[in-house]
Amino acid sequence: MASVPTAQTGGLFANWRQNIIYIGFIVIFVVFAITLNDKGFLNPNNLLNIVRQTAMIAVMAIAMTFVLSAGEIDLSVGAVAGLATVTVAMAIAAAGPLAGVLAGLATGLAVGIFNGWLTTRIGIPSFLTTLAMMGIAKGVAMWISDTAAVPILSPGYSWVFGGGAVGPIPVLLFWMAVLGGIGHVALRRSGFGRRVLATGGGETAARYSGIDTASIKFKVLVLSSCAAALAGMLYAGRLQSGRFQLGEGDELSVIAAAVLGGTSLFGGRGTVIGTIVGALMIGLINNGLILMGLEFSQQLIARGGIIILAVALSQKRR
Amino acid sequence: MTTPVPAVHMTGISKSFGGVRALDSVDFEVQAGEVHALLGGNGAGKSTILKVLNGVHVPNAGEILVNGKPLAAHSPEGARAAGIAMNFQELSLVPTLTVAQNVFLTREARNARGLIDDADSITRAQAIFDMLGVRVNPRAIVGDLGAGQKQLTEIAKAISQDARVLILDEPSTALAVSDVERLFTFLRKLTAKGVAVIYVSHRMDEIARIADRATILRDGRHVITAPMADLPVDVMIEHIVGKRSKGLSDVARVDVFRGEVLLELRGVSGPHKPENVNLTLHRGEVLGLAGLLGSGRSALARVIAGVEPAIAGEIRIKGEKVTPRRPSEAIAHGVALVPEARATQGIIPAQSVSDNMVMAVIGRISRRGMVDRARARDLTDAMITRLSVRTASRDHAVSTLSGGNQQKVVIGKWLATDPDILILDEPTAGIDIGSKSEIIRLVRDLAQSGKGVIFISSELSELLTACDRILVMADGRAHQTLDRADLDDPSETDPEHALQVAERRLQIEIQKALTAKEATHG
Repeated sequence: MASVPTAQTGGLFANWRQNIIYIGFIVIFVVFAITLNDKGFLNPNNLLNIVRQTAMIAVMAIAMTFVLSAGEIDLSVGAVAGLATVTVAMAIAAAGPLAGVLAGLATGLAVGIFNGWLTTRIGIPSFLTTLAMMGIAKGVAMWISDTAAVPILSPGYSWVFGGGAVGPIPVLLFWMAVLGGIGHVALRRSGFGRRVLATGGGETAARYSGIDTASIKFKVLVLSSCAAALAGMLYAGRLQSGRFQLGEGDELSVIAAAVLGGTSLFGGRGTVIGTIVGALMIGLINNGLILMGLEFSQQLIARGGIIILAVALSQKRR
Repeated sequence: MTTPVPAVHMTGISKSFGGVRALDSVDFEVQAGEVHALLGGNGAGKSTILKVLNGVHVPNAGEILVNGKPLAAHSPEGARAAGIAMNFQELSLVPTLTVAQNVFLTREARNARGLIDDADSITRAQAIFDMLGVRVNPRAIVGDLGAGQKQLTEIAKAISQDARVLILDEPSTALAVSDVERLFTFLRKLTAKGVAVIYVSHRMDEIARIADRATILRDGRHVITAPMADLPVDVMIEHIVGKRSKGLSDVARVDVFRGEVLLELRGVSGPHKPENVNLTLHRGEVLGLAGLLGSGRSALARVIAGVEPAIAGEIRIKGEKVTPRRPSEAIAHGVALVPEARATQGIIPAQSVSDNMVMAVIGRISRRGMVDRARARDLTDAMITRLSVRTASRDHAVSTLSGGNQQKVVIGKWLATDPDILILDEPTAGIDIGSKSEIIRLVRDLAQSGKGVIFISSELSELLTACDRILVMADGRAHQTLDRADLDDPSETDPEHALQVAERRLQIEIQKALTAKEATHG
């Protein structure tokens, strides 16, 4: 009986493979703190910058954790975030900040319902649905904005969505923390979260247990698009404009953050806290590599190597 | 006299899969407060009727009343709402969740804030396991558990539902004898409260101990429903075996020349099963492995084929001591395993007959890294003729073939490696009776051509028709080896009836093996 593995985690190092993301985060942080101390790594401003740069990825990755846990994937998040920056900016210009917020949420809902409908009713795998949606969302964003940036002239909107700060703490940190907390409890402790994990862990078994797995998949895809739209609203607020290029390529960082955090690409396993640490770790690596003075090409190589190493170490051995 | 409303009342249930009629207008009635055994051989329709009752299959015809009310919807949720619970053979477990999370999936206790209280699930799951007297860790991840522990989790899940109708499908395969008694005590408590229990088992001794009444199905039809007092074991077996074997008994069994020993096992044990098995296989003979689900037949096949290497004992192939560590080593020594799950382990359905046939010998028929297409064609055509595979052409996808012909493609694939020892694990599962006799004839022919064949089947009539000797297994151990000829009654001349007599005798030996196991386990 002693050798039977359990879901409970012992110490941080007892199940080191499971906790590799946390150990890795600490190790990298300490290494950077020592080697880059003279370059201002530990400067609070620099650390808050990491948070600012990571928040949008983290927001999308929280929802992505649900999508992956349910055994699906959403490749359209980056493009949807870009589309949302444009619809928000245009709505603010036309009818004010409240209309902007509604336009952003409507964008996410519309895309999510479409993704979910195609995946669960028509039966197109979400990989393809959202791959196609990536192009559609980007195309629509370019078309309605004439590929030009749309300025946002509402300081109130910009403060709430990304630009503001309470004392030294950026508003983005609050968004990340609040959504992370809600996401964590929802995945771990809510009936919905348990159904998501069951759907991705064994769809037939989940169905036999009375779970409407199609509805679960539909909901996670809607959730993901809404989170992407919210990330777009944060981009728009922080940069005070809507541009179709914003969020471009984010889907890869988002998926990497979730997988680094211990979420399985094959469904059934996921943790929101891990995902957020994964997102922060990517931000941390980026920041450190820039401070080291590496060229962009070298940064890409180093970042890829570190991610492969972390995921390889977290794999269960037979 | 007022008759009580039956807990389950199924009338005229029919269900077909493709062209195969699995259930033909079956009536099935279970009273509240009784343990009702459901019996029948493989393919009799037991699982189908249970899956219909449980909402997994929608019947083509028939009516279902549960406690007098028609079942509203043919879905697992509908059945559960009507108070029906069943242990699916591992089908309803999510491997990534813990035992306790699985047991109470969708029925988790909630705390004041509406959040799931996993601690409560653990306590309640532990209570169920304690009550059954079995050791399962409620915190363990289901995917890490062995088959037995998974089955116990399934049972716990079924009985945790406080159902009015509890269906237990082969619950005892995962339980030790003493635990079966605890399960029975629990079931008697349930029936005293008016719960109806439907109990499926191949173990007649258990049925005789727990059941009040039994229903026997055969070939998708209802045979008899009677109180246990009217059904002694030999009568049960007679009803289960019945008068059938259409087409099987016409496979002529001629005595083959028994050549040198090809394969010899001494005290061989696998990682879980088998345990301490001895056997010998001669050139020119077919050795059958008989036993119930979980008796270790397939595990033994996997050990010989190097899929799950042996952990103890000695394996000799043609006199040479070898212990295959991986399938390629076994293949190199002339061992080929036609695995149990044809669709996932045997064929690549979307690829052509030819591509499938040459898959195991691609290296041999390639030159400079390119597959020699002429040789592939010749080999495929030769196999198609030899096995009389019915296919539109060698280039048609295997998925377009019937089940029996797909199985011939798998056998052909392994024959292409020119093995001396061929192991067939349930080669006739899910194929029609005509193709079954063809496969069995093929097995006889292969033995005659000088191969040694190990044949695993859950259908006793097939084992009896195909094999020269039969090894009876129970709980991973080899119980005894029977000569096929010794199962015959010399006074019986009608071949069909002779087969039935032999089947009854073999059935009795299998049941004996189970009780012998109980004796040794105490």
